[in-house]
This record gives sequence, structure tokens and C-alpha cells, in this order.
Amino acid sequence: MDKVTLGHAIRNSWRWLILAIVGLYLLLPIVSMADFSTRAGIDGGRTLDAWRAIPSAPGLIDSVIVSLQLAVLAVIGILVLLVPTMIWVYIRIPKLRRTLEVLCLLPLAIPAIVLVVGIAPLYRSLSQVFGSSPLSLAFVYVILTFPFAYRAIDGSLRSVDVHTLSEAARTLGASWPRTILGVVIPNIKTGILGACVISIALVLGEFTIASLLNYETMQVVINLLGKREGTISVAVSLAALVFAFVLLVMIPTSRNNSKQAEVNS
Amino acid sequence: MSSTQLTEAGPSQRGTGFRRVFRLTPYLGFLPFLALVLVFLLWPTYLIVSQAFIDDEGNFTTQYVNTVLTQEVHRTAFRNSIQVSAITAVAGAFLGGLFAWAIATSKSDGALRRVTLAGSGVLAQFGGVMLAFAFLATFGFNGMVTIFFAENFGDSFLSNPTWLYDMTGFAVVYTFFQIPLMLIVFLPAVEGLRSEWREANDSLGGSTWDYWKSVAGPILFPSFLGALLLLFANAFSAYATAAALISQGSPIVPLQIRGAIGSEVALGNAALGKALALGMVIIVIVVMGLYVLLQRRVGKWTK
Repeated sequence: MDKVTLGHAIRNSWRWLILAIVGLYLLLPIVSMADFSTRAGIDGGRTLDAWRAIPSAPGLIDSVIVSLQLAVLAVIGILVLLVPTMIWVYIRIPKLRRTLEVLCLLPLAIPAIVLVVGIAPLYRSLSQVFGSSPLSLAFVYVILTFPFAYRAIDGSLRSVDVHTLSEAARTLGASWPRTILGVVIPNIKTGILGACVISIALVLGEFTIASLLNYETMQVVINLLGKREGTISVAVSLAALVFAFVLLVMIPTSRNNSKQAEVNS
Repeated sequence: MSSTQLTEAGPSQRGTGFRRVFRLTPYLGFLPFLALVLVFLLWPTYLIVSQAFIDDEGNFTTQYVNTVLTQEVHRTAFRNSIQVSAITAVAGAFLGGLFAWAIATSKSDGALRRVTLAGSGVLAQFGGVMLAFAFLATFGFNGMVTIFFAENFGDSFLSNPTWLYDMTGFAVVYTFFQIPLMLIVFLPAVEGLRSEWREANDSLGGSTWDYWKSVAGPILFPSFLGALLLLFANAFSAYATAAALISQGSPIVPLQIRGAIGSEVALGNAALGKALALGMVIIVIVVMGLYVLLQRRVGKWTK
């Protein structure tokens, strides 16, 4: 009995040591940002001037609006394209499941810095059709979110027996749209929500493609700002990180998912 | 399956032509998705692969690929990229792996886990540019740690922040986003370890070392290796952090691509950019291919 308690005590101290070291490494830069963005001058003191200057920083608010619009468009893309396609493939054309998975995960194997090289000519011709609106980035952004959205939705689709569900609905006389909208989607809500949240975070954080195609999204402007107004850009960065954190805390975690799966099955 | 038969029963009686058409109808639902992926993912990738071999006049050439393979600048960039990816993948995998274990085994109502996962998601996938600024605020010329060390310890490594702008700096900042990614990827595997296994080991007289060597170690190893590969690909593909830290000079491949496509005045450079991109794709695809193979093995084992 004593040996067991001793083992527990040792394991506990290891655990806290690891949490302390890794926690320090991860939190130090965040704390530094708070410190840096509130410094009054060389001789010390605190001020919120940098934070107050955020709304008047050139181009920043506009770019935040652009990025938010892009995030909304990416979510729409997931809802009207990825979700129906995934459900359809799972129910009606299971032969294509593997293909769908490979296509969805492919953006992980083609880094953004590589994709932008091949996509630049396409965007040059797109800008002749749509004008140079940065919102045309939504096309490629929705693809960038596929790997993460796919995994979230796939998890939900697996945890409910979507095949039996849809069969039951069809046998009882429901049309296909009603089966998908009224029966399948309510059952995979958590997965869809998770997919949307992570996609929003991903789009708001995207820099590579926007920057190299010369569109002014939030990240591009923050980066430009960093060259001139160090403290403001650090303040904006910290604000954006905190915002993304709040957003991600809202994601239903996988543990909740599995609990729900148990209830459902 | 029976639902398919149900819907196809009607039209199939009208003849073989109709039946074939109706059997193909479900596939129409796949087309919009396929179209988007085709135009914005597959076609651009094809362009990179094909145009890396085409010169200004449209003739086949291996000139650019040769340049990438033989010129010291590009070889060094690939070496640097691979090196920093490998180092930060190993460092991130070990620290993040321990972190995952600490989170998985701590008894809590799930709040710690939830906050850690959300925080990890932010740091791993959200902010390349913002992380660069975070490190400038910490170790940069006016950074918190830099000032602290300069005031208290005089001249030391940390009071002179030039290291932040070279490969050492990349390694430190990259590790910063590798640890949280490792947590996200590896946590499910650690949580799959059952406490009964540990108890069985203890009651049979096994030591902690025995448990890790013969039980937990072999179970976690494939997942750990897979995560390691994923981390490598992640660091190798990263661009934003490096771009925000360094605006001139190109020690790693993604920054060389920026240089090549940034100067579109010279057409040859665009093709060079594609040749560099091709090199990156090949490396990432090999790594991700190994990852998929490993995952399949992990999947087989868990079933």
C-alpha cells in the first residue's frame, strides 16, 4: 500500500514538473506580449496607448472586416458543399469514401506556400472576372479548411450509424432532402459545429496565400503594422490570439463527442 | 443498401439505358465538390509539376530542377529546412508527448483539458505571424526576457537577440508551435491507455520502467512515430512565422519561394519558384505517405 502511494506521489510530482516547464515555455511569450504592448517608455510605467490606437491603425479595421467575411464565406462553403457531399457519399456512394478522404486531406500534403505558386496564375485571371476583391480568396480558403473540417465531421458521421438512420427515414417515406436536413444533420451537429469553429480560426489566421497574392487580410496588415508600429501590432496580435482562444474553447471536445456516441448507440 | 434498391426500383423497369443513367445519378452529387477541388487544388498542383520543366519558350527543360539540385544556395536552403524541421519535430514530439501524458493523467473535471486543447489549437494552427511577434516581444531587442537579462546579468546569450533572426531562432519559435500540435495529435493515443493495464502491471510486481518498456511504450510507439512525421511536415511547410521574422534573406526553402515569385520581372524566376515548390511537395508527400501507412497500422492494431 505504501509503495503504491509513493508511486502516486512520484508520478504526481513528475506531472506538475512537466506542466510547469511546458506551461512556462508556452505562456512566457504571451505574457511578454502583454508586457510589451503596455510599456509606457524606456523608464518604465504602464500605458494602454497602443491598445487605444488599434481602431485608428491604418487599414486594420478594414482588413479585420475582410477576414471576418472570408471566415463567413468559408463556413458557408463547408455547410453547403462539404457537409452535403460527405453525407451523400457516406449514404449513397460509399465507393467514393476513400477518394473523398484523400481529396479532403490532400491540402495537408500540399503546403500553402507551394499551393500559392500554382494558384497565382489562376487568381490573376480571376481578378479580371471578380475585380481584385480579396473575397475571392474564399475559394482556396474553403479548400484549406477541408482536412480539419473533414476530420470533425467524419468523427460525428462515424459515431452515429448514418446508414441505418437514413434507411429508416427513407423507409418511413422521407424525401432525400428531408432525410439529410431533418434526420442526419441534427445527429452530427457537434461535428459540424467543430468544423465551423476550426475553419473560422484557420481563415482568420491565414497569412501565406493572402500575403503572396497581395490581398490585405488581417494577418497581412498585422505583419505590415509590425514593421512600423511595434507595440500596436503586438497588441493586435495578442487580441487576436485571445479571440481565437475564446472561439476554440467553444468547440465541443472529442470526449463529449464519444459520450454522445454512447448515448446515441 | 436497400434504400438504393428502393429508389431505383421504379426507373429500372423502363430499360437498361434508364437504369444506367439512374445508377449514375448519385454521382452527380459529388460533382460540385470535385469541381472546386479540381480547379483550386489539383490544377494548381499540376501546374507546378508541369511548369517546373518548361522554359520561357515553352520547351521541355530540366534546367530549373537542375539549378535547385546543384546550386549551393538552394541546397543549403533545403538542408536548413530539413534540419530545422527534424530538430523541432523531435523536440516538439518529446516535450509535447510528456505534456500530453501530464494532461491525460491529471484528474480534473475536464476544464484543464479543455483549456489546454483550445490554447493548443490557437498556438498550433492559428497564428504564424502573431507567434513571431510574441517572440519579438519576448526575446527581441526590446523583449521582456532580453531586457531582464541585460539588466541583471550583463552580457549574455539572451541579452543579445541576434540569434532570434537565424536558424536558432527558427528552431525555438517552431518548437513553440510544435508542442501544442503534438498535444492535439498525440493526446487521443495517450488517453487510449487504460488504467487497468497500469494496475495489472503494478499488482504483478512490475516497476514503472517495466510498464513503460513492455506495455505503454510499444502501444504508443506507432502513434508517436506518426505524430513525429506530421510535426516534421508541419515545420517544413511553415511560412508565416519565418516570413514575419525575416524580411530579407532566404535561409529556408519557403522564403526562397517568396523571393522567386516576388520578383516576377524575370520570367525564369517563376519557373525556379515552381521547381523549388516541386521539391517541397515531393518531400512532404513522402513524409505524409509514411504517416498514412503508419496510421493504417495503428488503425489495424486498435481494431
